[in-house]
Amino acid sequence: MFTLYDTTLSSRLLLGTARYPSPAILEEAVRRSGAGILTVSLRRELAGAKGDKSRGGAFFEMIKALGVRVLPNTAGCHSVQEAVLTAKMAREVFATDWVKLEVIGHHDTLQPDVFALVEAARILTAEGFKVFPYTTEDLVVGEKLLEAGCKVLMPWCAPIGSAMGPVNPAALKAYRAAFSDVPLIVDAGIGRPSHATAVMELGFDAVLLNTAVSGAGDPAAMAQAFGQAIAAGRTAYLADPLEPRDMAVPSTPVIGKAVFDMAPAAASGRA
Amino acid sequence: MRLIVNGEPESLDVATLTELLAQLDYEGDWLATAVNGELVHREERPVFTLNDGDRIEILSPMQGG
Repeated sequence: MFTLYDTTLSSRLLLGTARYPSPAILEEAVRRSGAGILTVSLRRELAGAKGDKSRGGAFFEMIKALGVRVLPNTAGCHSVQEAVLTAKMAREVFATDWVKLEVIGHHDTLQPDVFALVEAARILTAEGFKVFPYTTEDLVVGEKLLEAGCKVLMPWCAPIGSAMGPVNPAALKAYRAAFSDVPLIVDAGIGRPSHATAVMELGFDAVLLNTAVSGAGDPAAMAQAFGQAIAAGRTAYLADPLEPRDMAVPSTPVIGKAVFDMAPAAASGRA
Repeated sequence: MRLIVNGEPESLDVATLTELLAQLDYEGDWLATAVNGELVHREERPVFTLNDGDRIEILSPMQGG
């Protein structure tokens, strides 16, 4: 169990809802992952889109039926103003003051504009939002986000959708050590369950991912694998894993081992 | 009145945001609206008067990561 903004959750997986082959596969993936939070977004709705023809309406009904808490994002926003307005519109639709705050600063890497991120976080916190900032592993930015009122930090481990996994484990370790009392979620860059396990073993509280599941050949099975991998990583972290060492250490104790007085092997020259 | 709705120019005979949504056949309790970069709450739409040149955004839920 862990807590995000006074809400206790049992699953440490936050799952994105984008790019699944079909709504049915998304539903199945959500169920098999055991995810406690789903990320969602907002887009322009088409005129004349009533009932079943409304893309937004159909998705909205499906999410409600799943009964899983949602975390709306500000994906695609490139300015403070845009991100703040999107967050407010999301609060209106999804009836939650939680927001995954993304302010994109670089087109190719989708690296966050951390200056705009801190400013937007400050504005939204003052407006009563509970902000989940998508950030880099920069410690100073993390401190500024906490000062701005964030009570959760979400550093990337690699660029969004890259599937590279943790490219800088030392920085993630330093991040965990620097913010020992803050819930930390690795958001973006995870490609495989082993990546998720690796960051959980470093002591991160949760993992947010999307493409690693939705882009897999069998998204529902991959969702289950991630759920298991994250749980395994958490258990391993609590079990205090060994640090790597340079030299071999025998795993079987040698004390009490029998000493056989073996004669030299029969020489080939023996008649 | 000339308005920009979700980035598209429209010529509409409407006074309020609620009338605009009705005229363009929008419905559902999952819509969020903004005019000229400011959120307009659901309950404000019937009394929110539109002016020539206003930019209106009408958003709905979609999948996201």
